[in-house]
Amino acid sequence: MATDPSASIALRVNGKDVEGRAEARTLLVDFLRDTLRLTGTHIGCDTSQCGACVVHLDGVAVKSCTVLAVQAADREVRTIEGLADADGSLHPMQEAFRQHHGLQCGFCTPGMVMTAIELAQSAEPLTPERVREGLEGNICRCTGYHNIVQAVLAGAAAMRQ
Amino acid sequence: MYRFTYHQPADLDEAIQIASSSEDGSYLAGGMTLIPTMKFRLASPSDLIDLGAVEALRGIADEGGHLRIGAASTHAEVAASALVTERLPALAGLAGRIGDPAVRNRGTIGGSIANADPAADYPAALLALDAEVVTNRRSIAAADFFTGFFSTALDLGELVTAIRFAVPAQAAYQKAPNPASRFALVGVFVARHADGTRVAVTGAGQFATRYPAFEAALDASFTPAAAAGVTVEEAGLMTDLHASAAYRAHLISIMAKRAVAAC
Repeated sequence: MATDPSASIALRVNGKDVEGRAEARTLLVDFLRDTLRLTGTHIGCDTSQCGACVVHLDGVAVKSCTVLAVQAADREVRTIEGLADADGSLHPMQEAFRQHHGLQCGFCTPGMVMTAIELAQSAEPLTPERVREGLEGNICRCTGYHNIVQAVLAGAAAMRQ
Repeated sequence: MYRFTYHQPADLDEAIQIASSSEDGSYLAGGMTLIPTMKFRLASPSDLIDLGAVEALRGIADEGGHLRIGAASTHAEVAASALVTERLPALAGLAGRIGDPAVRNRGTIGGSIANADPAADYPAALLALDAEVVTNRRSIAAADFFTGFFSTALDLGELVTAIRFAVPAQAAYQKAPNPASRFALVGVFVARHADGTRVAVTGAGQFATRYPAFEAALDASFTPAAAAGVTVEEAGLMTDLHASAAYRAHLISIMAKRAVAAC
C-alpha cells in the first residue's frame, strides 16, 4: 500500500466515521487538527516529550505527534472533543479537573485528561505517587502538578462509581 | 519530515521483500525514535515498512529455560505480561520504567534494540540475560549484537523477529534515569545464572557492555559490599551535558550495589 503523495484515509473519530486526505508523512495530530478541525488536541513540542497531543488510538493513549495519520486508518480515535456527553455535561475526569482547578493556562490539559483516563482504567489502585508516575509523559509548565494529581485521583474515583 | 512511501505488509515475507526492493527503506516498529528522528530530518528513508500488522512478530512464550518475546511486543505488554512478571520480574520492571506511558504503549523491544541507543534500558538486560536475538536470517548472541554507538550486527534489511532470554536464578535492574527523558544516565542489570553472575551496564559508554570485574567480585561474594568494592574506571565513559564520566563511573558503582541488594 503506497500512500504518497496523498491518499484518502477512513477512520472512526469520537464515534463518527470520517474520511480525509493525508500524505504518508502527515502526523495524526496534524490530520486531527488541520483536516478534521479538531483543535482540542494540542502540539506543545517538536520532540515527542510534552504529551499535549495524547489521544486514544483503539483505546490506548498515544502521542498523536508520533503516530502517522495513515497508521490510524480503519481504527478508532478518541480525542478530548469526544469525552463530554452530547448535552455538554463533562466526562468525570474533565469535571474533576474543573473542580480541583487542575490547570492554569490549560494548554496541557487535553493531553493530561486523555492520559489520566487511561491511568484511571488500569486495574491497580491509584495513589498520588502512581498518578505522578503515570503523568511522566505529560508536561505542565504552570501548575507544579499538585492540583492535577488531586484532579486525577478524584476523576478516577468518580469514573469507578 | 521528508516524503516517503508507506507500506503495511501483512506478513514477514512481504515486509522483507519490500525492504529488499526499496531504495533506502526502513522498518517502522513503534516509531518512538524513528518518527521523531524523521521529524528532525535526521533520517529520510525512501520507504517506511510498518510492521504493525505482522502477527509473527508478536507474542510472549515460555520455552522452558527461556522466555521468547516477539520483537513487536510493546514495553507496556512486556511490563504487564503475567509470564514475564512471574519468570523474569526484573525484565518486566525494566520495561515498565522505559520513557513514559504513551511511549510504552507504542515502543517495542525489537525497535529499541535495533536502534541501539547507548542509553536504552533493554541492551543491559539482553547482555546480562544471555539473550539471543532472533532475526529473519539467523540467531545472534547479545554479546555479538551491540557493536558500537547506535550500531548493531544487523545487516541491511535484516529484521529482528524475537528475543530469547535465559531465565536466571535471580536478577535485578537499577537505573539512574535522566529526569527529563527517563533514558538511563546509568543502568545496571545483574543476573545470577547457574554458571555465574552477569553484570551489564547501559547509559555509561558508547554502547551497553558487560563488566567482568563486577562479575568476578560477585561470583566470589554475591553481596552489595562486594559490588561496592569494585573500582570503576572513567576511561571510555561518556561525558555530555547530562553527566561527566566521573559521575557516571560513580553511578555504576551505586547502581550495581543497589541491583545486588534488590536480587
